[in-house]
Amino acid sequence: MTPTAPAKWGLRGLAFGYLGLLLLAPVAMIFYKTFEHGLGPPIEAMTSPDAIHAIQLTLLMVAVAVPLNTIFGVGCALLLVRRRWWGNAVIDAIINLPFAISPIVIGLSLLLLYGSGGWFGPSLEEAGVEVLFSWPAMVLASIFVSLPFVVRETVPVLQEIGTEQEQAASTLGANAWQTFWRVTLPAIRWGVAYGVVLTTARVLGEFGAVTIVSGSISGETETLPLFVAKAFEQFDEEAAYAGAIVLALLALTTLLLMSVGGRKAKAQGGPVPITGDAAISTSNTKEGS
Amino acid sequence: MDAHPASVPPVSAAPRAGIRLPGVGAGLGRGLVVLYLSLMVMLPLAAVVDNSLSGGLDAFWRSVTGDQAMAALKLTVACSLIVVAINAFFGTIIAWVLVRDEFPGKGAVNALIDLPFALPTIVAGLTLLTLYGSESPIGLNVAFTRVAIVLALCFITLPFVVRAVQPLLMEMDREMEEAATSLGAGGFTTFRRIIFPNLMPGIIAGIMLAFARALGEYGSLILISGNIPFETEVSSVFIRSQIESGNVPGASAVSVVLLALSVLMLVLVSLFVRSGAHGEKRGVLVRTVNRVIGRSQVGGGA
Repeated sequence: MTPTAPAKWGLRGLAFGYLGLLLLAPVAMIFYKTFEHGLGPPIEAMTSPDAIHAIQLTLLMVAVAVPLNTIFGVGCALLLVRRRWWGNAVIDAIINLPFAISPIVIGLSLLLLYGSGGWFGPSLEEAGVEVLFSWPAMVLASIFVSLPFVVRETVPVLQEIGTEQEQAASTLGANAWQTFWRVTLPAIRWGVAYGVVLTTARVLGEFGAVTIVSGSISGETETLPLFVAKAFEQFDEEAAYAGAIVLALLALTTLLLMSVGGRKAKAQGGPVPITGDAAISTSNTKEGS
Repeated sequence: MDAHPASVPPVSAAPRAGIRLPGVGAGLGRGLVVLYLSLMVMLPLAAVVDNSLSGGLDAFWRSVTGDQAMAALKLTVACSLIVVAINAFFGTIIAWVLVRDEFPGKGAVNALIDLPFALPTIVAGLTLLTLYGSESPIGLNVAFTRVAIVLALCFITLPFVVRAVQPLLMEMDREMEEAATSLGAGGFTTFRRIIFPNLMPGIIAGIMLAFARALGEYGSLILISGNIPFETEVSSVFIRSQIESGNVPGASAVSVVLLALSVLMLVLVSLFVRSGAHGEKRGVLVRTVNRVIGRSQVGGGA
């Protein structure tokens, strides 16, 4: 269909206007505000002891939560796709739960498990293990919110590649472990990598769940998103903007990795992970034909 | 698993290992998966449900129907409904422009659509405040009003409808539209009678997911909404304030309501994509929805 020129420009105007006002202008504005007085102030704000500690703690969250969820994710995806079991449907439904639950509710749930009045709280206290208002609870919150990504990205790739190569490997004498490392993992690596990128991005930016269980103590239990919120509330706008820019740049890197990963996966013959990429390339070919 | 005893010839042992070992491995793996999910997800959620009922059903009901809790819940649902309506309109238009229109920089615009999914929610709120807050350079200060809530929710849910509609639009048979045009249908009639009905399943799936996400949103609202009880306090913020004032069972009760609503939306979406479309379109829709669900939570929030 070729709409009339006014209709086409009208639609373009609405789409660009909406995106511009909602997305582009605010993002441009925060970059402008951050670098209004040059590079000095934001760099200074990001090298304060509290800021450095917040960055380190955020990286610790990533270092613990991402490997755990990656190992779990690949194993769980293998079981869901390769082994029939009555419990698979239940596991599949539970995996989606962290996507549906408010982060505040996730924070509260951990509070009720590990808090002083919680299920495990008193016995942990007796054992002298500090979970709540300390990094272990924050790691648990990060694991909870980012749990589904690797599973969700790996399952469709596993379904796509089929089992022929794995069967061939095992016929040729490879054991289960060798088959996994030499055949399955190389075939699904882009799907897994994609899941890891999403998991990392989610852990880096998590705010709601972590804010409940951390106590948000400056220089102790403050991740970068918590640092941003607190700086803003204390009218230290320079630090808030600088922290936000660091997180925004990480988000832009995530987007970049997502679109590169999408293209690699497509080149590998796997399913195309990015809806939009597919949309564009297909429409281009149609347009060209 | 990888070390064969020296006395066993590896060649004859290997094929057997390939068949037998995964059986044992699968049982062990299953156990570990179930244990991990139980410890990380199910046990914490059970604690919330248990705590919400700690004072009995009466106390649960009183907490949920209390004035402030009810006001927050109504505001949350009302704002979410407004936001999905806005999304349905603009999301469809943006998807159309991205698939059918040609303009320089289309790839960049398309990649940018996912930014609200990738951006941490606290940054999203702060970003909106720089342009629409008290220091607004264009004199448009909506901070601490209900408009701010709608604005922030529109920001974080932007990609849902766009991404759910795009693949359907791509797969659409253009011959239908050409036939309509050659039979004398104008641009708007073609849209209303041919394009729109074909995109409807995507739009509905998109707004259901956006609704579920908007219900539980917290991070992007905390700085911009002002969190004024009975005015701009949404349910997630209400839960936080109840925790801080020591009313944990009250917080749990409202949490259970939010939890039930979000899970209900997920169930409805999956029932809908299975029944709401047929043939090839269903496959496209199922894959799309799974993908959108998977991408939607990167920046945080649910």
